[in-house]
Amino acid sequence: MSDSLPTTPEAVRRRAAAMAAKRRRQARPAVRQWRRTGLMTAYIFFVLLPIYWLLNMSFQSNSEILGALTLWPSDFTLEHYAKIFTDANWYMGYVNSITYVLMNMLISIVVALPAAYAFSRFKFIGDKHLFFWLLTNLMAPPAVFLLPYFQLYYTVGLFDTHVAVALAHCLFNIPLAVWILEGFMSSVPKEIDETAFIDGYSFPHFFVKIFIPMIRSGIGVTLFFLFMFSWVELLLASTLTSTGAQPIGSVMTQTKGASGIDWGALSAAGVLTILPGIVVVYFVRNHIAKGFALGRT
Amino acid sequence: MNKVYNNRAWLLILPMLLLVAFSAIVPLMTVVNYSVQDVFDTHTRFFTGTEWFEATLNDPALQAALLRQFAFSFTILAIEVPLGIGIALLMPKQGWRASAVLILVTLPLLIPWNVVGSIWQIFTRGDIGLMGWSLRELGYSYNITRSAVDAWATIVLMDVWHWTPLIALLCYSGLRSIPDAYYQAARIDRASRWAVFRYIQLPKLTNVLVIGVLLRFMHSFMIYAEPFVLTGGGPGSSTTFLSQSLTTMAIGQQDLGPSAAFSLIYFLIILLVCWVFYTAIMNLQKDKQERGG
Repeated sequence: MSDSLPTTPEAVRRRAAAMAAKRRRQARPAVRQWRRTGLMTAYIFFVLLPIYWLLNMSFQSNSEILGALTLWPSDFTLEHYAKIFTDANWYMGYVNSITYVLMNMLISIVVALPAAYAFSRFKFIGDKHLFFWLLTNLMAPPAVFLLPYFQLYYTVGLFDTHVAVALAHCLFNIPLAVWILEGFMSSVPKEIDETAFIDGYSFPHFFVKIFIPMIRSGIGVTLFFLFMFSWVELLLASTLTSTGAQPIGSVMTQTKGASGIDWGALSAAGVLTILPGIVVVYFVRNHIAKGFALGRT
Repeated sequence: MNKVYNNRAWLLILPMLLLVAFSAIVPLMTVVNYSVQDVFDTHTRFFTGTEWFEATLNDPALQAALLRQFAFSFTILAIEVPLGIGIALLMPKQGWRASAVLILVTLPLLIPWNVVGSIWQIFTRGDIGLMGWSLRELGYSYNITRSAVDAWATIVLMDVWHWTPLIALLCYSGLRSIPDAYYQAARIDRASRWAVFRYIQLPKLTNVLVIGVLLRFMHSFMIYAEPFVLTGGGPGSSTTFLSQSLTTMAIGQQDLGPSAAFSLIYFLIILLVCWVFYTAIMNLQKDKQERGG
């Protein structure tokens, strides 16, 4: 019997070594798991550290900020947040930003849905060139369009309105929406369309009642991306507005008062710009991975 | 998918086309128009031909900005792509941890770009910033308004912080689409961790990495708000990238002709690099497919 107890000291040692090796082999996945968790934690720490510092600053009074470096607010204050929520200059910045972002999302998705359907289902004259041209708009640096946009919107009387910014952001958001939606739509089998048409659905009826519900996760993810790129862009948004539709980003750049920069208010405003993003990403967390591959995995 | 040939599809495209044309073609033609003229006021203008283009291409300040821009874009790509792949491999696949990590990793992408600049400004200042203060306490005279090296390193670090999540999330979605059977087969073959990565995971990541590298290249080439807020392009002009040069020229100095010529050259460079990269990758894949049968 091989499992009988060892008798010589030599055999005992050999057996102990074998057992230890076996235990090590079994422990290895656990060790690897710990290493993975450790590295991931380190990265998350790196991501959160600047944000933690921003939060920390936003709860400190300005004298504490400039006085000494403290890792935790010693006299915890909400004065900066109170200031933002009571001063119309500040909170209108948020209202303006959210207004043009929502307008842009609506415009982009409404025109991108039929266009993406056309690209995913039909061949037509110039389709490839048109698609490539659309993508080149994603590559256009906003700085290039700064001056002509300013003149264009000034001429048509849209300067300093939310519509101007919403339309300007269409430059990159519509191509992006078409690109993502096309990926999601192409993964819906074409037989569905054909069956529906045989059943006597008209195209608009089919599109709204059957097709759109089928790709709703794709639409959710697309809306997320539209939100993201419109929310974070500032160069065009601040150039096309002055006081009436000023985004929060450009309100923040004007915090330099007579006594230097108001660090506390700047931090609190920064924290408040992060919150909408967290809310939006929470809603699409289950589809976001697929969305980042533009529906093409 | 077999697509049907039908030119009525143009009707579906039309609304989109009109909107994008309004925000892309009209302004672009304005730029082209300015680039070949010298505009004094609304009634006086002269045709100048290629003069502005020659002036722009020969401007040493702009050449320096272009070189800096390329150096910056390639530096961040070299850091962010491997790091992003690494993070994607580490991210948990299921359960509440997966959701939590996903949201946390996405966070930097959803912060307005100038706020990213502000966050890092607050974080790196020598007097009130955690990083700036810590580095000084450790004995390194860290100062982004004085030292070009510090400014440059901080901007690269900021960009890595800001945009590595994009690569990581793209790769994560690529990894999730690999069927479990592949891994089981690898286990049966007793494939090493490296072999699994090299022959199963990496090939599946090619598509998403192409998108990722293209997006990162484009965005880094257009970077404006973050360095503008953090360093203002300084010290000197050591962190002045193309967008900032262009904005100063077009809005600050109102040089319509030269800035229009500069805009067109700038846009064409991005298009050219993206096209070359895209074609190269596609040819590479085609070769591989042909060799594979």
